[in-house]
Order: sequence, then C-alpha cells, then structure tokens
Amino acid sequence: MEIKVLKDILSANDQLAESNRKLLNGKGVLALNLMSTPGAGKTSLILATIEGLKDKFKIGVIEGDVSSSIDAERIGREGVPALQINTGGECHLDAGMIQRALGDMPLGDIDLLFIENVGNLICTAEFATGAHKNVVIASVPEGDDKPLKYPLMFTVADVVLVNKADLLPHLRFDTDAYHKSVKGLNDKVEIFEISCETAQGMEQWLSWLDRQLSARKKKPGK
Amino acid sequence: MHELAITQAMIGLVNEHADKAGAQKVGRINLVVGEMSGFVDQCVQFYFDQMSVGTIMEGAELTFKRVPTTGRCRDCGKEFEIEEMDWTCPGCSGNSIQLVGGNELFVESIEVD
Repeated sequence: MEIKVLKDILSANDQLAESNRKLLNGKGVLALNLMSTPGAGKTSLILATIEGLKDKFKIGVIEGDVSSSIDAERIGREGVPALQINTGGECHLDAGMIQRALGDMPLGDIDLLFIENVGNLICTAEFATGAHKNVVIASVPEGDDKPLKYPLMFTVADVVLVNKADLLPHLRFDTDAYHKSVKGLNDKVEIFEISCETAQGMEQWLSWLDRQLSARKKKPGK
Repeated sequence: MHELAITQAMIGLVNEHADKAGAQKVGRINLVVGEMSGFVDQCVQFYFDQMSVGTIMEGAELTFKRVPTTGRCRDCGKEFEIEEMDWTCPGCSGNSIQLVGGNELFVESIEVD
C-alpha cells in the first residue's frame, strides 16, 4: 500500500524555528542568523557591532562551532552574555540547538541576539533557526563568484556584508559583478561593503541595525 | 555531514506516517530532492542503512527523484533550467532570476505493508 506523505523533511525543524521566533517576539528580542564561510569575519563583525551599539542596545550572542569555545570566550570578554554551542560534527545549527540555548540566555535583558552559525555556505542555508533576519558575511578574498556557486545562501539572505573591503585595492574582486550576481538572485537583499579592521562602511550596517531595532519596541516587564 | 541530520529527520517523518497507517513494515521511501539542496544520495542511503536496523523500515529501498534547478526571469517571465552556474535568461539575456525549483527536500510517499 502506498501512502502519500508530501511533507518537507525539515518541517519538524521549521516548526521548532517558528516556536523559537515566538519566544523571541514575546521577549522583544531581535535575532540575527550570521552565516559565512570560515574566516569571513563573523566574530569580528559581532565584536565591532558590540563596540558600536553597546551604549544603546543590550546584546547577546549564541556561538555555533563544531568544537571549541574560543569564540564565546572572545565575546564574553566584552561583558555581553555569550553562550557556546558545540555541534559535535554537525555542519550547521538547527532550531533544536537554538531552543536549548535560548533557555540559558537572559532574554529579558537582551535587545539584539546574534546567532553565529557554523562557518559553511551550504547546509546553514537550509536549517531555519528562528532568527528574524539572515545576514550573510562574504569577504573580498573569497572571490566574486561565490553567489553563483552557493545560490541558495544568497536567496535566503536579507543582508549581505562584503567584509575586508579594505583589501579591494590589492585583490581581483569585481564589485559591480558581485552586486549584479547577488541582486540577480535576490532583488530585495541589501549589500554593504565593510571592513571590521578599518571600520569602513560600518556606519551603514549599524544604521540598518538601528532601524530594525527601533522598529521593534521592547515590551515592558518582559 | 548534514545528511545525518536529514536522514534522522526523514526517519522521524516516515515513522510518524507509517504509525498513523498502522503499518508493520515500510518497503520503500520515495524522496524528492532538488539539485540545489547539497544532498548526496549514497550518503543518505549509508546513514539510513545503519540507523534503520531493528525498525520497521529496516531494509527499505530509498528512491531519489531529482528536481533540476529552475529559475524564472524577472524581466521576461521565461522559466528555464540553470546549468553550469549560468544564471542568464536564455530568452532576453537578463540576469535577474527568481529561483523557482531545485530547493525541494521532501518525502513524496512511502510503501508499507
């Protein structure tokens, strides 16, 4: 006997992601899922953003890595709540891991939660976490052909940050072609060229974040 | 590594539907997989063979129906298969392409006794 199922294999993850989003909404937290290749600058971006916004917003960080707690220790030194998830081999964070981590985060004291995903441009795009926005951090040394090689990642992105832009004069990276590829895949995405090293372009990113945060009013008493 | 998570989720889904139907044995699982979903059939089969031992789906055959990556041109509306990473519309040479297929990952049906 054949039974029709017609159900997405990741539907259970999607449901958990939805319940994470409800929990975050209830606490008035804006969550961003940061995705990139290893070494593009996710942790550096978080540190630079903490520096830029710490007087205005309360920030928390969930760090995802296959192993080690180096990143959470770096972030923790800034005095913001940071929690490390070790996936033990899995190449992405999933909604279940985030659900458990949220239980250990002081959500009532957080306006902005960064979820730093595992460095990987493939699977991370497929597993929803419950974050409100997907932020992809690209970097100039990776080359300008990545959007067309990893199209799914760029179709799920809300913002693409092109980091290490201070290296543009030294490398062959066609910025116009890059924008054209990304916008071709996703006409709603915003692209900012930044450098966490020199702070170039950071004001655009911080003002985008400020707009997102100001649009969400923190609910009193939560 | 993400085939392990996919296989686990797939087994959970099949279990749920087989249970609901009161099935004693699952003989075949028909999957639909988009070309873009970065998913290696042999890898899923390998994990499945290990993880299904002792369950009602032990020994079940997995079939994989592949769906090509397909885009729709935002300028002229033409739908076409994306090949060799070429995201250029063959109709009008436009580069603004909406992804419409190739992202699928679902259980279409199961065959049970």
